Amino acid sequence: MATESVTPGRRDSMGLSGATLPRWGIPAVIVATILLTAALVAWTPIQGTAGTVLTAAVTYLVLQTVASSVVEGRRRATDRFVTSLIVTAFVVGVAPLVSVLWTVVENGLELINQEFLTHSLRNIGPTETGGGIYHGIIGTLEQALMTSLISIPIALLVAVYLVEYGGGKRLARYVTFFVDVMTGIPSIVAGLFIFTVWILIFGFQRAGFPACLALAILMIPTVVRSTEEILRLVPNDLREASFALGVPRWRTILKVVVPTGLPGIVTGVMLGVARVIGETAPLLLLVGFTTNINWNLFSGPQATLPTIIYDQASRPSDAAVARAWGAALVLIIIVMILNFIARAIAGLTRVR
Amino acid sequence: MSTEPGRRPPTEVLSPQGQATLAAPVGPVLAGEKSTRRGDRIFSGLATGASVLLLVIIVLIALFLFWKAIPAFQANTVNFITEKNWFPDSTPSVWGIAAVAWGTVLSSILALIMSVPVAVGIALFIAHYAPRRMASGLGYVVDLLAAVPSVVYGLWGLYYLVPHMVGLTNYLADHFGWFPLFYVGPDGTTARRTMFNASVVLAVMILPIVAAVSREVFLQVPTSHIEGALALGATRWETMRMAVLPFGRSGVISASMLGLGRALGETIAIAMVLSTSYVVSLHILEPGGNTIAANIALQYGFAQSIGISALIASGLVLFFITLIVNMTARWIIGRRAAFSGAN
Repeated sequence: MATESVTPGRRDSMGLSGATLPRWGIPAVIVATILLTAALVAWTPIQGTAGTVLTAAVTYLVLQTVASSVVEGRRRATDRFVTSLIVTAFVVGVAPLVSVLWTVVENGLELINQEFLTHSLRNIGPTETGGGIYHGIIGTLEQALMTSLISIPIALLVAVYLVEYGGGKRLARYVTFFVDVMTGIPSIVAGLFIFTVWILIFGFQRAGFPACLALAILMIPTVVRSTEEILRLVPNDLREASFALGVPRWRTILKVVVPTGLPGIVTGVMLGVARVIGETAPLLLLVGFTTNINWNLFSGPQATLPTIIYDQASRPSDAAVARAWGAALVLIIIVMILNFIARAIAGLTRVR
Repeated sequence: MSTEPGRRPPTEVLSPQGQATLAAPVGPVLAGEKSTRRGDRIFSGLATGASVLLLVIIVLIALFLFWKAIPAFQANTVNFITEKNWFPDSTPSVWGIAAVAWGTVLSSILALIMSVPVAVGIALFIAHYAPRRMASGLGYVVDLLAAVPSVVYGLWGLYYLVPHMVGLTNYLADHFGWFPLFYVGPDGTTARRTMFNASVVLAVMILPIVAAVSREVFLQVPTSHIEGALALGATRWETMRMAVLPFGRSGVISASMLGLGRALGETIAIAMVLSTSYVVSLHILEPGGNTIAANIALQYGFAQSIGISALIASGLVLFFITLIVNMTARWIIGRRAAFSGAN
């Protein structure tokens, strides 16, 4: 079909490029799509928003491909067809993601006020309105800080080892491989591991600190990866210049290599924190839940934003579910701020 | 240009013999070298120690989980691989991972099937179809969405997605009920908190991750390949097919494996969306089903000592499943690095 119908178009224009759809081609296809869809909806059982949109999309794809293959030939028609498919995939994929953000903002925004941010849920019954997530914000921030304190030194040392000392050694290859594998450890497994060590073997109580250990297992590999990449970008000239001045290797690393890569390292750390700050599963196992403010990481249950969301969302009361949306919005905002700072640092100061 | 300049140890240049692995200073030992050497030894020892620590942690995870799972294995009166029910604390103790492992694999694979084609579309669009100015902003947004916590996806799934899926679910059950996946029993009523909806939430969750990684890979396609294809008169799709997709194939595969790993281990979103029961069934529109991770989160609160031990056993199984998936992904990436056209 393609070859015979292409020829007239080709003959007419003797230019370098083949025949193309005229300017009014695509608008005409759109108009035809609308008319045809309206007809189909009117005379066939197709109905509802979803059905109409789907019919319109399919109609457009068919009409456009037919028109294009008649005028422009098979290759252009395929190209247009695939382009439409890719745009469709993009819209289909982005729609639910936008919907996630939109519903959180829509439902959470009305909750956010001073009381919500500065009060705990103490003495608030499950069906009562009011109360807030102050205790959760404290827990989340404290645990994020402690997790960073544990993870950053270890992750930096591992990255330094891989870049500066590893150099083709077998250990370095194993570490690189298992750091990659570690990024895929499910958070619940990290939580179970710390649970066996902290509670079953050592017999300690549940508290914020063991959760930080579990989160550190999740955070270390991501920070190692990003730091390693940044340290590899530090030019060798800098190291050699330092060595030439007689500076020992370890001081070169601490005074030259790491400071040069610092912005990138900070970016990696921020993204790592943003990743673990929303983790819920290990916290369920290791911290428990409370409605009270608890500043102490080392004793007693501690509330966090993710566990508040989980707890409130599972209560059969509109007031509690509304609080879950509010907490979700605050959590997303914290994550976004961390991401934004990370990108800003990365964007402003690149390793030269 | 060589692969990565940083991979060469920096001292190589300093060393007259051209030795590759040089940790200590070269040449005659100068004054004050003793303290310097000690500092070097301490520092390199610390760095090596931290690296060894990571490997030790991985081994310890497997060892400790296995150790603490032993009591449940000993108490179990049935085969733990083929048993569907989960009553480890009752006497006799009856528990097995058949139902939870089945649910884990089924939901993850469904999520993967739904999200990978869309994610590749998003990645191609952002990398090669969208206008330049729009592209960087879109890439940023996708990266941000990949950082949205899973508990938020769970909340959205439970209170927004599930009510909005009723129409689609009924449509599938009415028109495609002959297909085993969409079969809902003789009366034709569909449920809400089903495996299908849980899989859709998983798919939405891993979408930005798979898209972000695929996009990175598509952006790395050498410009010369793309321009070469265009210069030969290829259309945009032909350029994608000849230059971009072959280059990015292994990257997309490994991105999918990463997404699969994330889906297999997802706990909280499943625990929120799915109404769980211990069944092995292909009928994803019917209520029920469970996953390893969600089962741990939901059961550990009621579990006695054998129950905890059984949950740890299931966690060990999950650990090995994700380990295998991730190792396969890394292996694919590693193979690609060896013969890619990038260098």
